[in-house]
Amino acid sequence: MFKRLDHTALAKFEAPVVRIMINGLPAECRAGDSVAAALFANGYTACRQTVVEGRARGPFCMMGVCYDCLITIDGQPNRQACMTPAREGMSVQWQDGAREIL
Amino acid sequence: MAQSCELLIVGAGPAGLAAATQASGLGVDTVLIDEQPTPGGQIYRSITTTPLKDPNILGADYWYGYGLIEKFLSSGTKYLANATVWGVTRLTGEADEGFEVHYSTGHGGQAHAMTARRILLATGAQERPFPIPGWTLPGVVTAGAAQILLKTSGIAPGEGAVLAGCGPLLYLLAWQYLNAGVKVDRLLETTPPGRWIRALPHVPGFLLSPYLAKGLKLMRAVRSAIPIERHVLALQAVGRDRLESVSFRTKGRLHQVPASHLMLHQGVVPNVNLSRALGLDHVWNDRLACWEPRVDVWGETSSPGIAMAGDGAGIGGARAAEQQGRLAALQVAATLGRIDNMQRDRLAREPRQILARAMRGRAFFDELYQPPESYRRPSDDTIVCRCEEISARQVRETVRLGCMGPNQMKAFLRCGMGPCQGRMCGLTVSELIAEERGMSPAEVGYYRIRFPIKPVTLGHVASLSQTDASRHAVVRIRS
Amino acid sequence: MPLSAAVGVHSAWHVAPRHAFYDAVVVGGGLVGSALAYGLRRRLQRVAVLDEGDLAYRASRGNFGLVWVQSKGMGMARYGVWTMTSQQAWPDLARQLLEETGIDVHLEQQGGLHVLLSDEEVQARVAFMRKLLSQPGMSRYEWKLLDRHELADLVPGIGPDVRGATWTPVDGIVNPLKLLRALHVAFQRNGVDYMPCCPAERISHKSDGVFVIDTPRGSVQTGRLVLAGGLGNKALGAQVGLDVPVRPQRGQIVVLERTRRILRTPMSTLRQMDEGSWLIGDSQEEAGYADKEVSFPILGTLADRAVRTLPALRDVNVVRTWSALRVMSPDGFPIYTQSEQCPGAFVATCHSGVTLAGAHALVLAPMIADGKLAEDMAPFSPGRFHVQAA
Repeated sequence: MFKRLDHTALAKFEAPVVRIMINGLPAECRAGDSVAAALFANGYTACRQTVVEGRARGPFCMMGVCYDCLITIDGQPNRQACMTPAREGMSVQWQDGAREIL
Repeated sequence: MAQSCELLIVGAGPAGLAAATQASGLGVDTVLIDEQPTPGGQIYRSITTTPLKDPNILGADYWYGYGLIEKFLSSGTKYLANATVWGVTRLTGEADEGFEVHYSTGHGGQAHAMTARRILLATGAQERPFPIPGWTLPGVVTAGAAQILLKTSGIAPGEGAVLAGCGPLLYLLAWQYLNAGVKVDRLLETTPPGRWIRALPHVPGFLLSPYLAKGLKLMRAVRSAIPIERHVLALQAVGRDRLESVSFRTKGRLHQVPASHLMLHQGVVPNVNLSRALGLDHVWNDRLACWEPRVDVWGETSSPGIAMAGDGAGIGGARAAEQQGRLAALQVAATLGRIDNMQRDRLAREPRQILARAMRGRAFFDELYQPPESYRRPSDDTIVCRCEEISARQVRETVRLGCMGPNQMKAFLRCGMGPCQGRMCGLTVSELIAEERGMSPAEVGYYRIRFPIKPVTLGHVASLSQTDASRHAVVRIRS
Repeated sequence: MPLSAAVGVHSAWHVAPRHAFYDAVVVGGGLVGSALAYGLRRRLQRVAVLDEGDLAYRASRGNFGLVWVQSKGMGMARYGVWTMTSQQAWPDLARQLLEETGIDVHLEQQGGLHVLLSDEEVQARVAFMRKLLSQPGMSRYEWKLLDRHELADLVPGIGPDVRGATWTPVDGIVNPLKLLRALHVAFQRNGVDYMPCCPAERISHKSDGVFVIDTPRGSVQTGRLVLAGGLGNKALGAQVGLDVPVRPQRGQIVVLERTRRILRTPMSTLRQMDEGSWLIGDSQEEAGYADKEVSFPILGTLADRAVRTLPALRDVNVVRTWSALRVMSPDGFPIYTQSEQCPGAFVATCHSGVTLAGAHALVLAPMIADGKLAEDMAPFSPGRFHVQAA
């Protein structure tokens, strides 16, 4: 599991804590985290099931080129978790296959 | 409200930052646009916000970038962060009119456009796709991704971390993890035997380069602390719904080691989607096994008014990128009449010297760390197109059906049609077709890329300006 | 569908042509050429397809996949009838391809809509459909003007801007990429020699009636030559005494990411594929051969109309755009003809390669196999352009 390096004196975490919801459950992360980083910090490595085969996928490149970190954020599907900063009160939801539109 | 500038720079990595600073310093009305929230590109990512403030963790090469950013922030350049360029049109009319650049900010929203007389693409590089069986499993990420998590958020693997591949970034990550007290179980090197011999002719250059001292120190630290396996073949990520173990073959024997995290890396390649959509000429670089846009010594491309600098124009590293940015900016300033060619050449002397020094030694790395063919042309059961879940077997079979190139392959299999727009599969598909047809990827070609070069919402595209001609072309009322 | 079941031992791209003499050679491996070659193989033993390489002007790649009847044939009732013939032949084609290759091309013929976004559009459309279907010799089919209310039943989430639509039960859609793939797999199964990177460079007609076609990989000979090379037909036709006045007409398509399937009744400008992605079209521009670029104002208009048609698409992502060159004749209708100067040479060109695939494979190909186009194909001869000019 990924973890935050809080515990060491090497890391100065001045950034405030940010509270979000992941799959309906409350979670915490730090200001400056992308949603992808917030997922990793909370023990998630997957964020969706693929459209064709229904396989689990998670963030892969963290720089916006792989489009595997697609997740529903505040009701909007197919947003890149790694390119979206986590904000207070945000709701992040796993996606199962192709998105709904109606 | 119409926005305009003289020079629009895309990308806030070292090339873009240095170019913006140089251009603004010469009085060019410059805008820097970048999709990340803070400057630095990928190499200096999060340098203004990283929680890892102790310089000994991420290292001096990283913190060097801070100076670049300070100069940029006080240069007077207008800086558009969180902005993604998705389309560019050349304004027609008299010569020298320039371009209209379309970009999106945040999610959805109004279409934004900026007109610019000149464009400099400093769009950098991405990691080369590293397709192995199981590379799509949750738990597998790129080494660059791991590094971004570390720099940006101070997040690192707790246990069971395996690094695999080749190239300086892999060792850099291992070293940074060591400095941060993060345990790495194993480092699996995929560099095949005999590479050192091939790289030998380039050693003198390497010995004279700035990389030697740093490189040796870094390697020594990594090798003494982390178990290393060399010449690893048949690398696989294994697991049902997530990574559970990594298997590989060395010295003829099969190994399987438990793993919770696999960090993959086999070098970086230029981001070509924007340069291709613009119709710029690209050439195949055989040593680096990738395509690069064709640029001259000033960064000018095959398209007038569009220049490129940095890794996006050809992999050279951060220091080279910085100098290329300065040179490209000097040329833009000259073509806009801010300086004459003599001044330009005089101001270019120092960047050229530093650039030459920075490029020395790269040939050695490039030769040594060229990804082996077996990892560029994966086994049949490996997924090649992650978005559409297409396997290498399907690609090979479709070539045998008569499909000659990547664009036909797209039509036959849908590979390259997903949201990543071929970024994760393009090189692999070209390599597989090349392998099946017995020719070079240069002859096979690459996907044809069109705008938008990043997905944007339909609502966003719907807010583009229309014309009578466009309405006429679409709404054809017949009676 | 895994190709592993479909692929035979031989590679499709031979170093040199496999036979010295073919019963028929089709120049052009797009939808028109492939459908014809498929149909020819049902009657002839040795059939070859000569195709270009990866970067040819492939109209087939940029298409929408409509198997469309409404709107066709204004000014040439025969074309309306030909379209209907194809619509009726399509289920057979789809079934045969499924049986032979295992590939389902997802033919859906449940009806289609032509959406109207202003009162002016409504009035013009009704007048058009009445006039179209009252042409002498025109095929007859049911059509209705649906108002907003009726439309909302067929299209969930139809936008408030939409005034109505004309609907017919005979329109349909298919997956054009699967169609192309199925045809190619059928080639391998049935022994059609598909030769890519093998453009026809020169055609000569010998005194014994045999055509010799020179390609970079050697020559092929045949008694029956079918020119289905799209825009290339003009130059090729000239070599066999045929006038084929075609020009490029650029069309653009916008493609959206996959969503759950909600649209079952396709529209002429908006459809959802079997696998969930959306296609938005279409535009018509005289833009020469510029198929590498897209026009931004046109993207704006296409997107704007799509959002007004189905507002729920506003937040769906555009993942790519296409621009491709339609093969356009002066009056927009197909050109089918055979050469008098060089008997045995045929030309087939149209810009509705998907709709007409049924007719091409199962009606036109047999005519060509028999060596003669039927009498009722006369209206498609390019002679009609000369009459108009006179």
